[in-house]
Amino acid sequence: MSIDGELVVFIICGGLSVIGALGMVLSRKAVHSALFIAMVMINLAILYIANSAPFLGMVQIIVYTGAVMMLFLFVLMVVGVDSSDSLIETIRGQRLFGILFGVALAILLIGGIGSSLGDKPDIGLKAANDEFGGNVEGIANLIFSDYLFAFQATAALLITAGLGAVILTHREAWKPKASQKELSVARFMVGAGHPGNKPNPGVYARHNAVNTPAILPDGSLALDSVPEPVRSRDDSLIVDHRAVSTVVELVESEDQN
Amino acid sequence: MSGSSFGFFGTDPWWMVILKAVAIFGMLVVLTLFTIWWERRVVSRMQNRIGPNRVGPAGLLQSLMDGFKLAFKEEIIPKSAHVAVYWIAPVISATAAFLAFAVIPFGPTVSIFGVETPLQLTDFPVSVLYVLAIASVGVYGLVLAGWSSGSTYPLLGGLRSTAQVISYEIAMGLSFVAVFLFAGSMSTSEIIAKQQPIWFAVILLPSFLIYVTSMVGETNRAPFDLPEAEGELVGGFHTEYSSLKFAMFFLAEYINMVTVSALAATLFLGGWLAPWPISLWDSANVGWWPILWWLLKVQLFIFMFIWLRATLPRLRYDQFMKFGWKILIPASLAWIFIVATARVFRDDFAFSNQQLLIAGAVVIAVLLIGSWLLQIRSDRKQAAIESEREQELLVPFDAMAGGHPVPPMPGQVLAYTPRRVLAAQSVAAQVIPPALDSTPTEETPNA
Repeated sequence: MSIDGELVVFIICGGLSVIGALGMVLSRKAVHSALFIAMVMINLAILYIANSAPFLGMVQIIVYTGAVMMLFLFVLMVVGVDSSDSLIETIRGQRLFGILFGVALAILLIGGIGSSLGDKPDIGLKAANDEFGGNVEGIANLIFSDYLFAFQATAALLITAGLGAVILTHREAWKPKASQKELSVARFMVGAGHPGNKPNPGVYARHNAVNTPAILPDGSLALDSVPEPVRSRDDSLIVDHRAVSTVVELVESEDQN
Repeated sequence: MSGSSFGFFGTDPWWMVILKAVAIFGMLVVLTLFTIWWERRVVSRMQNRIGPNRVGPAGLLQSLMDGFKLAFKEEIIPKSAHVAVYWIAPVISATAAFLAFAVIPFGPTVSIFGVETPLQLTDFPVSVLYVLAIASVGVYGLVLAGWSSGSTYPLLGGLRSTAQVISYEIAMGLSFVAVFLFAGSMSTSEIIAKQQPIWFAVILLPSFLIYVTSMVGETNRAPFDLPEAEGELVGGFHTEYSSLKFAMFFLAEYINMVTVSALAATLFLGGWLAPWPISLWDSANVGWWPILWWLLKVQLFIFMFIWLRATLPRLRYDQFMKFGWKILIPASLAWIFIVATARVFRDDFAFSNQQLLIAGAVVIAVLLIGSWLLQIRSDRKQAAIESEREQELLVPFDAMAGGHPVPPMPGQVLAYTPRRVLAAQSVAAQVIPPALDSTPTEETPNA
């Protein structure tokens, strides 16, 4: 067997896929696993392209790497930044059965694919693609003739699943949603509190740290200016008493004049 | 080496492939420097300022100097960062940005050192999908940067960028479909060839508008720059990045702008084909001239990016998502449906273009009249419902009507039971001083 481009590509991408698959199983962090799967997917896509199936390769990257894995990452990031899976077995003998079934599946796949490929004549990728005038045209011809029913059934299934997910997570609105105008009116109603931005921490004070309350012109402290999480730990507030007394003195001297 | 086994690598000799790749790389870097300068100048002009005008002629070298400065700045890596991913993220971003340009055509076949070659690195049957695929890989850079920084604001930026890209890539992909239908191909060079008499932006205007909108969302540019919204997220996904790593994100953003602009020009504005008055000149579309037309079209889109940035305020996140899912995607689906139907009638039932246009006009007229009638009907129904509702509200709300106590619906008021009315009266009698029941006397304010 001579060394041609396809073999080189296969060795590189196949090797990287195996590394990615192992890394996916062995890494402790869920996000790292997701990244390794993305790597496997991209390498498989390159192998498809090298095997004269450019459409399949591109769709693999757009759909699986770009959308499915991206959604996985999204969920992982929402669930927790640092959550790593616990390694305690919740089902007894899980590992043993996992290995047994894994080996059984591997034997089944190798046997099945090996025996089905044995007596097929090798017509070559170029001939297969040229039958309908190109890779894309060939796939289109198969999907919209022999596999039309399966294709449409899959589409219907996916749309049903999508609609189901939307309905399950949908909550009926009790009241019409407040418009921007209504919100604005409500903000300026009597008793609604301060309508605009609250003063920033550190206004008139000698520090601009986030836990330094702003000082209002009359010398009182604007505790609202410190974010609630900081304010609730009241021991951390920095109050510059010198600044407060200076402001109070200024206000008083102005009052006397 | 020249006879590679990939069919799509074409027939270029190996040195030509390297030459083109290096030329594209250099052009993208120079275009980035130029775009930054141009953006700053245009935005300045729009804000009645002057902008950078000190370094080099008219300040042209300003971004080069800024680039040097950025690269030599101190690099700060947060302690809580996941170092490996933190390193990879900007590399993915920048690499993907450069890769996408491999299938963009700049011009027709020319002769370089005696070799006839197209002005395009490579092309294959699905090259537009390749750009889409590379763009979706490029987003991993932003998402991973957000995650690996180990900080809240970048994480939020990363989250936003995943949601944003998934949503806007659908609209973007759908806007390509009509182009593929008309061109009969997904390869960039063939799409350009099919726009010879008339550009797709003219015959497929809705697709063009949808693509232009979603390309702004895809590149995270204002008014859709929510992943880095500095008013809300400090710097978004790149908050914790500094020095050269930040520069790579910067570079990737500007190259992505050029890429989506070039793709827009390729798919809708005829790529390197000369615009109308110039196309009357015989040699407008041969030799090296087309690169100029191509560059002008790309710069047109980049100017649009800058103009948008200087004009529009940033969208709120929910408005942005609603716009993508409830307007752009349904609109493009409806448009594809119309285009496909028209194509089938023309190709399979031998309708002429004129007949199709007349049929379209009739359909639009019927839709308009129908929607007008429906509107009148729904207005009447609404009025009937409202009057009925007002009637209902006049009847006092009975919590036990169904035999089981229920809370009042919005607009209904819970009637007080006699016991509660009595209790309320006794409380009021104790609290309210009798003086308030009589006419209030005017109090003099304290001195």
